[in-house]
Amino acid sequence: MSNPTDDPELPGPQQRHVEMGVAAFLALLGIVTMIGSLQVGIGWGAEGPKSGFFPFWVGLLIVVANGYNFFRAYVDPSRKQFAEWRQIGLVLKVVWPMAIYVAAVPWLGLYVSSVLLTIGFMRWIGRYGWPLTLGISLGLQIVTYITFEKWFLVALPKGPLEDLLGL
Amino acid sequence: MESIGDLLHGFSVVLSWQNLLYMFIGIVLGVIIGVLPGLGGANGVAILLPLTFAMPPTSAIILLSCIYWGALFGGAITSILFNIPGEPWSVATTFDGHPMAQKGQAGEALTAAFTSSFIGALFAVIVITLAAPLVADFALQFGSREKFSVFFLAFCSFVGMGKEPPAKTIGAMMLGFALAAVGLDTVTSGLRLTFGSTELIGGFDFLVAVIGLFGIGEILLTMEEGLSFKGKAAGINPAVVLQTWKGLPRYWVTMLRSCVIGCWMGITPAGATPASFMSYGIAKRTSPNGDKFGTGEIEGVIAPETAAHAAGTSALLPMLSLGVPGSPTAAVLLGGLMIWGLQPGPLLFVEQKDFVWGLIASMYLGNIVGLIVVLTMVPVFAAILRVPFGIIAPIILVICAIGAYTVHNNVFDVVMMLVFGVAGYLLKKCNYPLAPLVLAIVLGDRAEEAFRQSLLISGGSLLTFWSNGLVASIMTLGLIALFWPFLSKLYGRVVTPATQK
Amino acid sequence: MNPLLLRPILVAATAAFAASLHVAPAAAWDPTRNVEFIVPAGTGGGADQMARMVQGIIAKHNLMKQTMVVINKAGGAGGEGFLDIKASKGNPHKLVITLSNLFTTPLATGIPFSWKDMTPVAMLALDEFVLWVNAESPYKTTQEFLAAVKAAPPGTFKMGGTGSKQEDQIITVALEKVIGQKMTYVPYKGGGEVAVQLVGKHIDSTVNNPIEAVAQWRAGKLRPLCVFDTKVLPVTEKVSGDMSWADIPTCKSQGLDIEYLMLRGVFMPAGVSKDVVSYYVELFKKVRATPEWAQLMKDGAFNQSFMDGADYAKWVDNEEKRHRDLMKEAGFLAVN
Repeated sequence: MSNPTDDPELPGPQQRHVEMGVAAFLALLGIVTMIGSLQVGIGWGAEGPKSGFFPFWVGLLIVVANGYNFFRAYVDPSRKQFAEWRQIGLVLKVVWPMAIYVAAVPWLGLYVSSVLLTIGFMRWIGRYGWPLTLGISLGLQIVTYITFEKWFLVALPKGPLEDLLGL
Repeated sequence: MESIGDLLHGFSVVLSWQNLLYMFIGIVLGVIIGVLPGLGGANGVAILLPLTFAMPPTSAIILLSCIYWGALFGGAITSILFNIPGEPWSVATTFDGHPMAQKGQAGEALTAAFTSSFIGALFAVIVITLAAPLVADFALQFGSREKFSVFFLAFCSFVGMGKEPPAKTIGAMMLGFALAAVGLDTVTSGLRLTFGSTELIGGFDFLVAVIGLFGIGEILLTMEEGLSFKGKAAGINPAVVLQTWKGLPRYWVTMLRSCVIGCWMGITPAGATPASFMSYGIAKRTSPNGDKFGTGEIEGVIAPETAAHAAGTSALLPMLSLGVPGSPTAAVLLGGLMIWGLQPGPLLFVEQKDFVWGLIASMYLGNIVGLIVVLTMVPVFAAILRVPFGIIAPIILVICAIGAYTVHNNVFDVVMMLVFGVAGYLLKKCNYPLAPLVLAIVLGDRAEEAFRQSLLISGGSLLTFWSNGLVASIMTLGLIALFWPFLSKLYGRVVTPATQK
Repeated sequence: MNPLLLRPILVAATAAFAASLHVAPAAAWDPTRNVEFIVPAGTGGGADQMARMVQGIIAKHNLMKQTMVVINKAGGAGGEGFLDIKASKGNPHKLVITLSNLFTTPLATGIPFSWKDMTPVAMLALDEFVLWVNAESPYKTTQEFLAAVKAAPPGTFKMGGTGSKQEDQIITVALEKVIGQKMTYVPYKGGGEVAVQLVGKHIDSTVNNPIEAVAQWRAGKLRPLCVFDTKVLPVTEKVSGDMSWADIPTCKSQGLDIEYLMLRGVFMPAGVSKDVVSYYVELFKKVRATPEWAQLMKDGAFNQSFMDGADYAKWVDNEEKRHRDLMKEAGFLAVN
């Protein structure tokens, strides 16, 4: 766990601000749930509840619980740090590549995207040399290919390269 | 005892070199399947099913059921090492298993998990051997309302147990229910909460959510702390198995209770996943170390693993004697039985003695072989944690992505996995408990379905849940479990002053 | 096993098998990668079993050079699977097995697909429906059962079935119309579960497919009343006591004029060439000629009709219209 008292000088967002953001977002999801439930009917018919009955009340509880959480965070006197910006930067160093990776899978296929992700991660974050990086990134995909496509007959998404190779 | 004689006959059918070889192959394949998230036991068995058509049915079912045992064992491995549950029933194992690994006790956690799995399975097989016909009749008692009461009990014994603020627990749990409701409403066949999106008609899969919340979320948390990987100190200690075993007999009560919960949930059939959650919840409440659960208590590994394996094993009984599968994997095995010309159902035990008792004998042997195989691998698995984070993290990310994809063969699930990953990181940092959230995703729609079926049958009357002894007692137990903290406080207030005087 | 050593044996076996069937057309097209066989339902159900059976038969008799892979896409009452086929236009390596949800899912849920978005390949068989009651219930004949339903207050009798607004409920609604009395329809996830709920007396009757209920019937736990077909089932082998499938009277002969059969057929994505379709038609003809298939047909008392090409398309078209009418009458159409 991060320990904000280690070095109080380094700036970062406050815990309560993040909590307020999360609570507000969850409450929004609750409202969406309630709207969706209203669309399909929230009544209690002769044969028990309708499709929207449970989700509606669930949505309402989400709104209420998170409204309370929002309030609690707002009045929280503690100015505890959520994390340092530097740490958040590190987290984003994984989130962004993953987002690009996920976006690339439908176009490049899972294998090529995975090789690129592994290379990027090991070079950029791990700072490993090329031989090890290439060995692991390519080796992993070869093992994956054999395990899934050959042994378990599970087809993973493929892209232009696999088409070219006729795999 | 007639069944003992039948069983001995079963052993004579099974004990051939060929069958033992199939057992070994099955266990190893099963462990691999269990380790890879998304490639569940059902998948594994389904994929290999056609390959077994050329074999004699007894050998084929031995191979396939050993894959099933292997997958049950294997699910614990990634849960403990990387916080990624390979199978739904190993989610509860992550709660204490992964903290143990982070403390450098991966070997102990794995040994405890495998050993208690084995004990759970053994208990269930003994129940099957001695009480098969009785148990089948018991399973017939379970209609929709009884099923709902079981889910209700599983829920009640698990909620309200964390240290987190109640409003956050409720918020997280309700979010789980909302996610479980997305997609097709099975009772009316109408779509709900999809907002016209075709991607959402299948709803949110539990495994995708779990891979994201736990697996990806854990990587993000580790990133935040820099590149150190906590389990690095895990040494390779070949004696770890024996050392852990010495400490296990202390937990015999937990084990026995978890066995009973598991068997009951497997037979009814509610399945291994609720069994593991329920067993964890009850262990946490009754254990003297209950407060420390979630920080790496070995008892928190023993309870869910014992129950999950007992449930997974006893789920085969309703499959054989009633033709109703207790789990998706059992459903595929059921299909296999039919293809081999065997008809699961009440007559299977009479007409196909060789087969049934051969299978039961193979449950004994398969689990023993399985335990030996996985225990010998414990030091190897534990050593994986020594691989630096910079190398293991991208591998885990890729495996998670493949896992999320293979659940439904859908790229959209990989996107959802990442969303759940970020959510898992934020929720955890903001002190929202994840366990009630995942339990709600797993049980939410099943519980709602059973509830609405019951009301259809009763004509809308809620009294149906107290209409006979069985359902009424389960519901009452559930209520007691729900209000247990309150009740025990009340009891404490009444008793303590008296004793102080 | 060394695949190199195995190959000549397999080739020889295939040749021998093909010769024995007298169908060895010069292949105008052959699959070049694994063929995905999509099941728009969960694992363990009737469609899933049939797909895995086909996969097993193809593997065992080596009927195809590439491997067939069965994939379950059950989301949205099967809509997920059909949408996948719709989106895979021109892909010759994808097949889908259908159940009645081909017609009922788009009508009941509004999920946008139709059989016209796909290429019909072949009808494999038709699945029958039988009216079942618990063997300990007092109803020995259809008439007795119908009279009891009619005499009881509306909604007293519970009919269990697979899914909601699908084949089982369509039959139930038709039944209610003939009797002139409401029943309570309780939807469950799978046919096997429905049968067990009936054995456990949690419901009063079901319209299970033969294969879903046969094990319980053989054990004397269930009693068949009538079959929803125009003629009695052809299997005369004794199943339970001295009764065979052929001894079950048709519902029509019992004053219950309802006929319903469920399609077990194969479709593939639109925009594939004729050669591709005829390859798969020939493949399924070969599958149907195997002893394993014959056994499955007998166990499940299937109606063994086979159709392909224009006949099949016409049959499907008619069936879609019929379902639209049935669903409209029952009030099952999606609102939007």
